[in-house]
Amino acid sequence: MEIAPGSLTGLLGPNGCGKTTLLKLLCGVLRPDHGRVRLGDRPLESMTRRELARHIAVVPQETHPAFDYSVMEMVLMGRHPHLGAFELEGPADFDVARQALAATGTSPLADRRYMTLSGGEKQRVIIASALTQATETLLLDEPTASLDLGYQLEVASLLARLNRERKVTMVLATHDLNLAASVCQQLVVMRAGRMLAAGATRDVLTSDTVRRLYDVDADVRFHDRAGHLTVVPVKRIDG
Amino acid sequence: MDKGRLAQVVSAYGALAVGACVLAPLVGSTHISLARAFDRSIPFADNVDAQIFFVARMPRVLTGAIVGSTLAAAGVVMQALLGNPLATPFTLGVSTGAALGAVLAITFGGSTAVWVLASVPLASLAGAVVASAIVYALATRPGRPISTMVLLLAGVTLNAFFSALILFVQYAADFTQAYRTIRWLMGDLDVGSFGPIVASLPMVLLSLGIFAFLPRPLNLLSVGADTAATRGVDVGRTQRMAFLSASLATAAAVSLAGPIGFVGIVVPHLVRLMVGVDHRVVLPASALFGAAFLVGCDLIARTVLAPVEIPVGVVTAMVGGPFFLWLLVRRS
Repeated sequence: MEIAPGSLTGLLGPNGCGKTTLLKLLCGVLRPDHGRVRLGDRPLESMTRRELARHIAVVPQETHPAFDYSVMEMVLMGRHPHLGAFELEGPADFDVARQALAATGTSPLADRRYMTLSGGEKQRVIIASALTQATETLLLDEPTASLDLGYQLEVASLLARLNRERKVTMVLATHDLNLAASVCQQLVVMRAGRMLAAGATRDVLTSDTVRRLYDVDADVRFHDRAGHLTVVPVKRIDG
Repeated sequence: MDKGRLAQVVSAYGALAVGACVLAPLVGSTHISLARAFDRSIPFADNVDAQIFFVARMPRVLTGAIVGSTLAAAGVVMQALLGNPLATPFTLGVSTGAALGAVLAITFGGSTAVWVLASVPLASLAGAVVASAIVYALATRPGRPISTMVLLLAGVTLNAFFSALILFVQYAADFTQAYRTIRWLMGDLDVGSFGPIVASLPMVLLSLGIFAFLPRPLNLLSVGADTAATRGVDVGRTQRMAFLSASLATAAAVSLAGPIGFVGIVVPHLVRLMVGVDHRVVLPASALFGAAFLVGCDLIARTVLAPVEIPVGVVTAMVGGPFFLWLLVRRS
């Protein structure tokens, strides 16, 4: 499997198929038993955590801090791999953080406590914190799972814009087939820990794929007004 | 976090700690004057004020400052390590291990005065080290991050196990030994001379030195181990450093003055209510405020019912508890 620089790749598959595990392998939090993960031509295990964090940032499914940090504090934590052991954030670090807040539409929340935010606001703040890491690669684990329809679309357009304008390479694990159809240029589909197919979204996202992944009969059609493929599940196929 | 704010907070709490350490020795059953105590023109042998200030009261005040400081800082580190605001320096069994060591030394160590003076702190230190080693061995696997759940459960179980052993030893002890055990468990800052303080300093300074590397990694660790790892924190190393330094600090404090409760949980929370939750401020501010807090509590303990002294552990909870609740209610 190869992720091209600047691409936006969707990772699809049923619950427990290994999407999150694959993301953890890609960012080096887990070490593979077999095989190797490389960034460019460097194997991940040859890099320190600090080095890796300057190249790859991760947006987890949910974040529950033990203490009541402010939004600005949460976002500035992304600067950790760029600071010396005793160094405090300087004006340049604050600038990066403010740009990330602006890019995710969370500037007005900067002084709020993270725990008082809504689900959608929290997720956007965590994306801002990952952006503050200033990496060329962003891995996202179901970033829209806990969001309502409005926020789902908002996060989708945010990701598409970051990919387009900042050339951030993204890998997006998701259950939301319509989100994947709307933003991902290519898809990797997994089942039971194995890669089933990989390729351009329009080739991979078919009713046949949906049936093989989820045992669901679905209509997959190009939607003129949306401008991308859409998936309408019809019924579960038993047996 | 900018430099100005950090400097401001640290100097404010530092002034509080220094102020407490200088003023506390002036107060007591005999009135003394600070000017006379520091008057170099009177020979020390004739200067009663200086003798009371430096010999009788200063060791006790310094012990309070060191114990309060290390327990409060260790509390901050434990709470961040375990991701649990209810954790204390005593959660992982260090103090119960120390108590078992002390109880064994009191009960079976003979009664020669000199031997007891040295054996109880040493035995409690040994108990603390054994307890930490057991918990550490149970919760760590080579090359993996520590499981904080296993750490917490192992600590709580070890606490219960050692407490049972303490009761068993107590049951076998005679009345004098049992009384001395109870008094040791209440905690006592009256160490008698500068000797025990000097003996504890290497451990205290080593743990404070390790604490200096921890604040930013602890911020990230308290957000989540995986998040910390992807933000560039070596999670396993940070956890080991946090566990070892907090255990060492607690062992030093408990072997010096017994298990003085409440400081390690209430001071970090008081400080968070006042300065926010960033560990780069909370850790130094707690260390300094912990010193002032315990010196202040000890001042109350030895003056309010003078000449009778109240155990300082009773005062920390009786003063700290209501103050903490007042801050909590006022804030919400």
